[in-house]
Amino acid sequence: MTSGDDKVDVSRRQAIAAFAGIATLPALLAVFDANAAPLVYELRPEPIAPGIWVIRGAQEAIERSNGGAIANITIFDTRDGAVIVDTGPSKRYGLALEALVRQLTGKPVVRAYLTHFHPDHVFGNQAFAANVLSAPRGVIDGLAELGESFASAMYHAAGDWMRGTEVMRPGTECSDGVETIGERRFRLMGLGGHTPSDLALIEETSGILVTGDLTFLDRAPTTPHADLARWRSSLDTLSAIAHARLVPGHGPVEEGARGIAQTRDWLSLVEETIRTAFDRGLSSNEAMAEPLPAWTEKVALARYEFERSVMHFYPKLEAGEWPRVDKAG
Amino acid sequence: MSMWPASDRLNRNSCRTVGDRMGRTLSAWVGVRWATKMERISARITVPSRSGLVNERMVHSHSRLAGMKRRLKSVIAAIVAATAPFATAVALEDPLHSVVWADMKEQFFGAAPVVFDDRIKVIVPRIVENQAQVPITADARALGGVQKLVIFADLNPIQHVATVVPKKASPFIALLMKVEQATPVRAAALLDDGTWHVGGVYLDAAGGGCSAPALARKDADWSDTVGHAQGRMWRDIDGAARVRFRLRHPMDTGLARDNTPAFFIERLDMRAADGQSLAEVELREPVSEDPTITMVLRLPAKDPGLTIIGRDNNGTVYQSVIPAGWKQSGASSRDGG
Ligand SMILES: [Zn+2]
Repeated sequence: MTSGDDKVDVSRRQAIAAFAGIATLPALLAVFDANAAPLVYELRPEPIAPGIWVIRGAQEAIERSNGGAIANITIFDTRDGAVIVDTGPSKRYGLALEALVRQLTGKPVVRAYLTHFHPDHVFGNQAFAANVLSAPRGVIDGLAELGESFASAMYHAAGDWMRGTEVMRPGTECSDGVETIGERRFRLMGLGGHTPSDLALIEETSGILVTGDLTFLDRAPTTPHADLARWRSSLDTLSAIAHARLVPGHGPVEEGARGIAQTRDWLSLVEETIRTAFDRGLSSNEAMAEPLPAWTEKVALARYEFERSVMHFYPKLEAGEWPRVDKAG
Repeated sequence: MSMWPASDRLNRNSCRTVGDRMGRTLSAWVGVRWATKMERISARITVPSRSGLVNERMVHSHSRLAGMKRRLKSVIAAIVAATAPFATAVALEDPLHSVVWADMKEQFFGAAPVVFDDRIKVIVPRIVENQAQVPITADARALGGVQKLVIFADLNPIQHVATVVPKKASPFIALLMKVEQATPVRAAALLDDGTWHVGGVYLDAAGGGCSAPALARKDADWSDTVGHAQGRMWRDIDGAARVRFRLRHPMDTGLARDNTPAFFIERLDMRAADGQSLAEVELREPVSEDPTITMVLRLPAKDPGLTIIGRDNNGTVYQSVIPAGWKQSGASSRDGG
């Protein structure tokens, strides 16, 4: 935007004001009022066990209306400080989260685990010290490679909520095993399939299993960096873990394993529907319009994510499966 | 059509931040091949941020529409007779309220009569996952006598995307294109009575926050694979041949900041075994790298395959034959399926 555009904006308002018989000055003041209105994340922690809370993300796409706050964030109180899983979509969110944790626990965040490199989970990093941020090597490297592209996409999708947000790489590399913090024991599992590197963890004293985006519940899974076979094998690993409650990357916290089962069903559905459409010679747009089964009507963003998945998988199928037909081939 | 709440339009600091950010990062998103002198070109049309687009549309749409209405009125009388059977499908005002519609009309149709017709379908995804690879479909199969089908995007740095001369093909094509920002995407069918019928949709170019970025290929890579073609044919329900085809080519727009010259497939000729032309497709710079198209055409019954002769703007010819060993698509060639 240039100042010229500002003039356009104001002069149009003046024109409207004149047309409506309203004085111009209040109209201009309205412009400045709008400028002054702050964007505020309203974080509502829900207790899921003693000393453990989840901030539920909206079951929506990343939009200006939600500021990108669509992923679940988990907070553990320990006697040695607070532990969180994921930091949210923006610097502004991270700062609000940091303040909320202090209010809830009276302590600073001493550990923030990052489940994977997607921006709705890691762009609150700036509110925390680098060595507090802990992630597997694959997450750290992936963020270095694609973080700037994610930042562009987030500015595009969430707008001014992102102001001041920069990619911040974690300073602590974690690996499989147990990290004890205060009275709590975090068993870390390096998995993959939703992205090349996904971290899941179970806090063993409470039995709270935090899966990151390896599971979605009542919200369609996203596949821009997915390897479906690997994702399924990660779901197998998670299925074998006894837990009290499961925190999905997106969706409600529940006992049992509905999130694992529904994620598995969705991945099969997407893979089979897209494969069938591709084998029938349908174009991308035609494949996107293919019918989805009735159970997906209760899954938020089912059609939206299905369309995205067509765009993720179709080019790979076209490049990988069609025979060569040129004379050189 | 406004995509943003009023508070966003008024929040000028917000616009500036986002606009600057996008100006800096679009090349990372789309790749250096496309991100471009475009800012200069599109500045004439709109500002690079979507908020700005809304502003300018609001300011100018009334006068533009009025001018367009006046121009259209002069041709209405001439075309009423021709279009009477379709009167219910015909609109005279740009349903997409594009600020540049008058320019588009002049550029693509000159003085020929033009009507809006919602029987011409343009299908786009509800989200732009990758601005360098947006799947679109233009479908005028609901109309008879289509001589030509032109696809264009009003707010692209280069508006013309493709033109199909169907001959023995259906007036239908699916392809992938590059977009720079939210834009109307239109398909215009020239009917045998000389009128242009125009359909279209507004493509919102916002991506998801964790969309995969489009990474431009390095120059060294494409020379090994340029001209490699892949494809397959199917039989639609009524016996028409459905062809899907991919031709490796960088499709450089010539607008890139690194001064990579325009280098793109400009023509695909679809031919039967006896050399008869079944369809001609003109492709332009906005078509995505490695053009991938879907078409429906009538291949003579005994033909062993469809010959596709591609040519790029350097004059290189790429010949392919897609064997007619078909499977049923289960799709109808008559409608959007
Ligand atoms: Zn994710």
